[in-house]
Amino acid sequence: MSKLMEWVDARFPATKMWNEHLAEYYAPKNFNFWYFFGSLALVVLVIQIVSGIFLTMHYKPDGAMAFASVEYIMRDVPYGWLIRYIHSTGATALFAVVYLHMFRGLIYGSYKNPRELIWLFGMFIYLALMAEAFMGYLLPWGQMSYWGAQVIISLFSAIPVIGDDLTLWIRGDFVISDATLNRFFALHVIALPFVLVFLVIAHILALHEVGSNNPDGVEIKKNKDENGIPRDGIPFHPYYSVKDIVGVVVFLFFFATIVFYFPDGGGYFLEHANFIASDPLKTPEHIAPVWYFTPFYAILRAVPDKLMGVGAMGAAILVLFFLPWIDRCKVKSIRYRSTLYKANIAMLVISFVVLGWLAMQAVTETITLLSQVFSILYFAFFVVLYFTSKNEKTKPVPDRVT
Amino acid sequence: MKKLVITLLCVLLPTIAVADIKVDYDSHGQMISQEAPIDIFDRGSVKRGAKHFIDYCVSCHSAKFMRFNRIAKDTGMSDAELRDSLIFTRDAKGKPTKTGDLIVVAMTDEYAIQAFGTRVPDLSLTARARGADWMYTYLRTFYVDPYRPTGMNNAQFADVAMPHVLQSLQGTQKAVYVTEEHDGVTVEHLDRLEMIQPGSMSEKEYDAFVTDLVNFMVYLAEPVQVERVNMGWKVLLFIMIFFVFAYMLKKEYWRDVH
Repeated sequence: MSKLMEWVDARFPATKMWNEHLAEYYAPKNFNFWYFFGSLALVVLVIQIVSGIFLTMHYKPDGAMAFASVEYIMRDVPYGWLIRYIHSTGATALFAVVYLHMFRGLIYGSYKNPRELIWLFGMFIYLALMAEAFMGYLLPWGQMSYWGAQVIISLFSAIPVIGDDLTLWIRGDFVISDATLNRFFALHVIALPFVLVFLVIAHILALHEVGSNNPDGVEIKKNKDENGIPRDGIPFHPYYSVKDIVGVVVFLFFFATIVFYFPDGGGYFLEHANFIASDPLKTPEHIAPVWYFTPFYAILRAVPDKLMGVGAMGAAILVLFFLPWIDRCKVKSIRYRSTLYKANIAMLVISFVVLGWLAMQAVTETITLLSQVFSILYFAFFVVLYFTSKNEKTKPVPDRVT
Repeated sequence: MKKLVITLLCVLLPTIAVADIKVDYDSHGQMISQEAPIDIFDRGSVKRGAKHFIDYCVSCHSAKFMRFNRIAKDTGMSDAELRDSLIFTRDAKGKPTKTGDLIVVAMTDEYAIQAFGTRVPDLSLTARARGADWMYTYLRTFYVDPYRPTGMNNAQFADVAMPHVLQSLQGTQKAVYVTEEHDGVTVEHLDRLEMIQPGSMSEKEYDAFVTDLVNFMVYLAEPVQVERVNMGWKVLLFIMIFFVFAYMLKKEYWRDVH
C-alpha cells in the first residue's frame, strides 16, 4: 500500500494535498454549533449534483414535455419520487444551510482581514446559487415556474435604454417559451454547476491559505509551539471530520423528515400552483417566490417605482459584498463587541425574517408600509455598522481561544 | 318487495331532516373550505373513490399521468377485477384499453370549448393544486342559478363551467343570501345552501361518497404517498442508530482535546 502511495506521490501530490487540506490543516479547537454549516453546505451541494444527474436522465427540457416528464419521474421511474424530493428539498436545505453559514461569518467577523477574499468568493457562490435556484425552478414548467420566471426576467426591462432588448435576449423569445426553458436547462445543469464548483474550490483554498477564524475571533497562528503548530489548533482530520459527521447525521435527520413527511413544505417548498402545467394565458392569482428569495422580493415590492425597486433589491444583495469594509471594528467576534453592535445584529435578523414573511402576503397598504419600514431597517444595519464600528467600545479580546 | 322499498323511500325521504350547508368567510371575504375527512391509508375508501372517479369524472376529465394498473396495484386489485370495475374504454385503434394505459379521455379540447366554453382540466394533480378541502367543499356546494348556462353555480368555485354531475345523487340546493351593512354599504352574501329537492342519496351517504372520491383524488395526485410515509420512519430510525455510532466515535477522538 505504501509502495503504491509512493508511486502516486512521485507523480501526483496526493499525500501532500491530503495533509495540507485535512490531516495537517490545523483548525481552532473551539468551533461551536455554527461551524457545522460550512461542511454541511458542501454535503448538500454534492447531494444536489448527484440527485440532479439522476433527474436529468429522465427529465425532458421541452416546452411540450417538461411538465409531463416530471410527473413521469414522480410516478413511473422507480424511486423517481425520492430523487425528485431529495433535489427539491435539497434546494431549500442548501439555502437554509448557506444562510446560517453566512450568519456565522457575520457574528464572528469571519470576513475581516485577512479573510476578505473568502467572504467575496462566498458571496459569489451565493449569487451563483440564486441564479441556479431560479433557473432550476423554471424546469418543472408549472404555473409558478412560468410566471415566477416571467416576473423576475421582466425586472431587467426596468434598466433604461437596453432593458427591453436585454429581456428579449435572456428569454430568447418574446415570451417565456421552449427557447427559455432549453437555455435555462443548459445553464442549470452545466454552466452554473461548473461555476459553483470552481467558486467552492476557490473559497476553500482561500480559507486554507489563511486558516479558519473561530468564535473568539483570535488568530491561532499567532501562538505556535516549537514545531510551528498552533497551540490552539487541532488537525482537521480526524478531529473535525468525525465531528462534522455527527453534524451531517443530525442534518440528514431533518432532511429526511422533510423528504418523507413534508416534501412540499405546506406549499412553501413546492408551491401549489406549480402542480398546474404552465399556461401563458392564465396568470396565477398570487405569485410569490420560494421562501429563500422572499426577503429580497419584499424589498423589491416595497418601492413603488420599478427601476428604483430593482435597484433597491440589487443593493440589498450587493451591500453584503462590501461587509469587510463597512465593518471597521478591529475586534472580530460578537463575544467582545458592544451592546449596540449586538442590538444592530438583532435588528438585521428580525428585519430579514419579517421581510421574508411580508413577501408571502398578498399586497395591502399595511403590508407595503411594513415592507418599507423593514427594508429601511435592513439597510440601516449597514449604515449604523459603518458609523459606529470604527470607534466601537469593545471588550478585551483574550490571547488564546477560550 | 323492491317496489315497496322504493315507495317507502319516496314517502320517508322528505321527512329526513336535511342540514343546510353553512358558508363561512375569512377576514379577507374568502370562503372557508370545509375540512375533508379523508384518510389516504384507507385503501377501501381509495378503491371506492376510484370507482366513483371512473364512473362520474373520466367521461370528460382525464387523469393522463396515471396508469390504470397503478391503481390496481396500490389498492390490491387483480387485473381481472381492474378490467371489470374500472376499464370500459377502447383506445384510438378501437382495441380495449390496456391495463397499463394512462387514463385519457376521448373528448377533444375543441369539443370541450364548444360544449362548456372552456377546456376540461386534467385531474391528475388537482388535489395538490387545490387541496382536499377545496375539492370536498366544491363537490358539495353546487346550487341553482338560472343565470348560468348549466343552471348551476358553485359556492367554492364561482361561475364554474362544469355542470353538477352528481346532482342526481346529492339533490338540488338553492342559495340563501343575507344582507349585511358594512360601513354604511349594504352587502349581500351567500349564507347557506338549502336542499330543495333531495337526490337518490341521503346527506350522509353523499358526503361519504364525496369523501371517497376526494380521498382517491388525493391518492391520484401523489400515488406514492403511503409508500413514502412507510419508508420514512425506517430511514429516520437508521439515521438515529447511525447517530449513536457517529457520536461515540466523535467522543472517542475528542477525549484528548483540552
